[in-house]
Amino acid sequence: MENLLNIFVKSIFVDNMIFAFFLGMCSYLAVSKTVKTSMGLGIAVVFVLLITVPVNYLLEKYLLKKGALIWLGEGFADVDLSFLTFMVFIAVIAAIVQLVEMVIEKFSPALYNSLGIFLPLIAVNCAILGAALFMQEREYANIAEATVFGVGSGVGWLLAIVGIAAIREKLRYSNVPDPLKGLGITFILTGLMAIAFMGFLGIKL
Amino acid sequence: MNNQEREPLFSAKNLKLLTDPLGNNNPITVQVLGICSALAVTVKLKPALVMALSVTIVVAVSNFVIAALRQYIPDRIRIIVQLVVIATLVILVDQILKAYAFDVSKQLSVFVGLIITNCIIMGRLEAFAMANKPWPSFLDGLGNGAGYGIILIIVAFVRELLGSGSIYGYPVIEKLGAYSAGYENNGMMILPPMALIVVGLIIWFQRARNKSLIENK
Amino acid sequence: MKQFSNRYIFGFSAVMVIAVATLLSLAATLLQPAQERNLEIEKKKSMLESIGVPATRGNAQELYNKYIKESFVIDSRGETVEGIDAFTVVLKNEQKKPADQQYLPVFRATPDDNEKVIILPVEGKGLWGPVWGYVSLRSDMNTIYGVTFDHKGETPGLGAEINTTPFESMFRGEKLFDSETFISVKVKKGGADPADIHGVDAISGGTITSKGLEKMLYDCLIKYDDYLLKNRN
Repeated sequence: MENLLNIFVKSIFVDNMIFAFFLGMCSYLAVSKTVKTSMGLGIAVVFVLLITVPVNYLLEKYLLKKGALIWLGEGFADVDLSFLTFMVFIAVIAAIVQLVEMVIEKFSPALYNSLGIFLPLIAVNCAILGAALFMQEREYANIAEATVFGVGSGVGWLLAIVGIAAIREKLRYSNVPDPLKGLGITFILTGLMAIAFMGFLGIKL
Repeated sequence: MNNQEREPLFSAKNLKLLTDPLGNNNPITVQVLGICSALAVTVKLKPALVMALSVTIVVAVSNFVIAALRQYIPDRIRIIVQLVVIATLVILVDQILKAYAFDVSKQLSVFVGLIITNCIIMGRLEAFAMANKPWPSFLDGLGNGAGYGIILIIVAFVRELLGSGSIYGYPVIEKLGAYSAGYENNGMMILPPMALIVVGLIIWFQRARNKSLIENK
Repeated sequence: MKQFSNRYIFGFSAVMVIAVATLLSLAATLLQPAQERNLEIEKKKSMLESIGVPATRGNAQELYNKYIKESFVIDSRGETVEGIDAFTVVLKNEQKKPADQQYLPVFRATPDDNEKVIILPVEGKGLWGPVWGYVSLRSDMNTIYGVTFDHKGETPGLGAEINTTPFESMFRGEKLFDSETFISVKVKKGGADPADIHGVDAISGGTITSKGLEKMLYDCLIKYDDYLLKNRN
């Protein structure tokens, strides 16, 4: 339990997708103009990570890893499909995003209206694939750890994008040098936020 | 499609495809594409260079392939087809790096895989390759890959020089004897936030020189 | 964009999947030997570094055969286990097993100064991810002859300093045992007393990595406890 909490806190603050790994920067920069929309996108990211990370974890464990196919019989012990990792992960992500979109549209039109437009954007959000790849590289011990890591990464991303959106809303009243307006100042602000987040480095519960 | 006149391989128009993304239509600083997987590998020049090269190859080749197939790809599954083409190329790049450039592939770790979701590639496929012939698409890919690479290399150059005191692993500052004069490396440069700030400064510089790029808000 | 029938779409997907699958399996099969050799050379190179032999990718294989003569696997009671190749033991997988079933690899080497040393692999966790390395001991099975460490993603300039020579060379001459008691080597924040034979300086700014390294050394080497005491001379 303590371990799970530790992974959760670490994935939000220390290994923050944006501030430590720059993942999902494209939508982060493009959608962070108002707090409301960035909240929507952030929640969609958390949601998709919550589903894709555990699914990819199971695929990694029972399909891709060297010797993972052993449940099919002894003869499969040496099969190593790990070269297909990228392909499987991205296909799973694209398929799940599509599925989630259809399910939400069918059962909750209200949620679809607020979240739906962001879903197609998410399939190619680096944060989603990044989380899957980090999950693989860090070799989490069980599915609970992987899921907690997925959700934590999503929450970290949400925090980052809502934070920058709030700053950008206020920024409208500031006197930013012309060439820095828009993209430039956003980069620098993100850098400053990242420095602040480095204060969490080495946190351990 | 075929009623266009045949144009030479490197016509002015084609050359423009190649050079535009290097400056005024740079994918990172102007189109805001592909920042995701880029910055984490800019601590040192060497991995940045390899990353830039890998991305350029993947963009150019996938642009070419998709442009060649564009009339046969069913619209409904085109995103999946694009992803499959990209993923295949990235897997190939990853496997080749692991076999022939082991040290660099160790440093790049998961970031090679993340080329798949690099928005530059999807962006160029959708915006250019789906509507153009293979050869211009290939050039467009090369240009955008190189434009992306240039930013990566500038950032890596600044960070390596100021952060580790070397250029491409060669200890410049030490050779200049600056350490004995009291100079110290800026450890901050090595940390992730500085990559963002350096990019911000590059954008500032570029837009200060080219006023037409300034965002009016 | 013209409209395509469902049949065409299925056909297209099928052809695409087959083409891609063939291409990728071909590439993976062709490149696998080179990739595995890289991993093997990497491992041999670090083992050589731990006994102070600088190797390059080119000559690691050759030097390994020259210096590292023998390898075997023992269990937690220090008894030799037959029939296992020490080189192929993956420490990470062993650490997941119960302590009395783990295989512990030992490599014997003879560097140029003719000291008979043993090389023991270690693996643990740093701040961001795994850290690992090799520790070589003199024939008294107590004094450290040399070490080498590596890491996956520690912060450059801070935690990543563990694989630099200044840090690694501090371990030379440190002792694992206080007479019969296993102490291991501690990493002291703020600098260790030079007379302390069980302590080295921690990396400033890399405290978590240093602590992880200390735990790794303790956890991995204490398993060899019985074997080391038994084979003292």
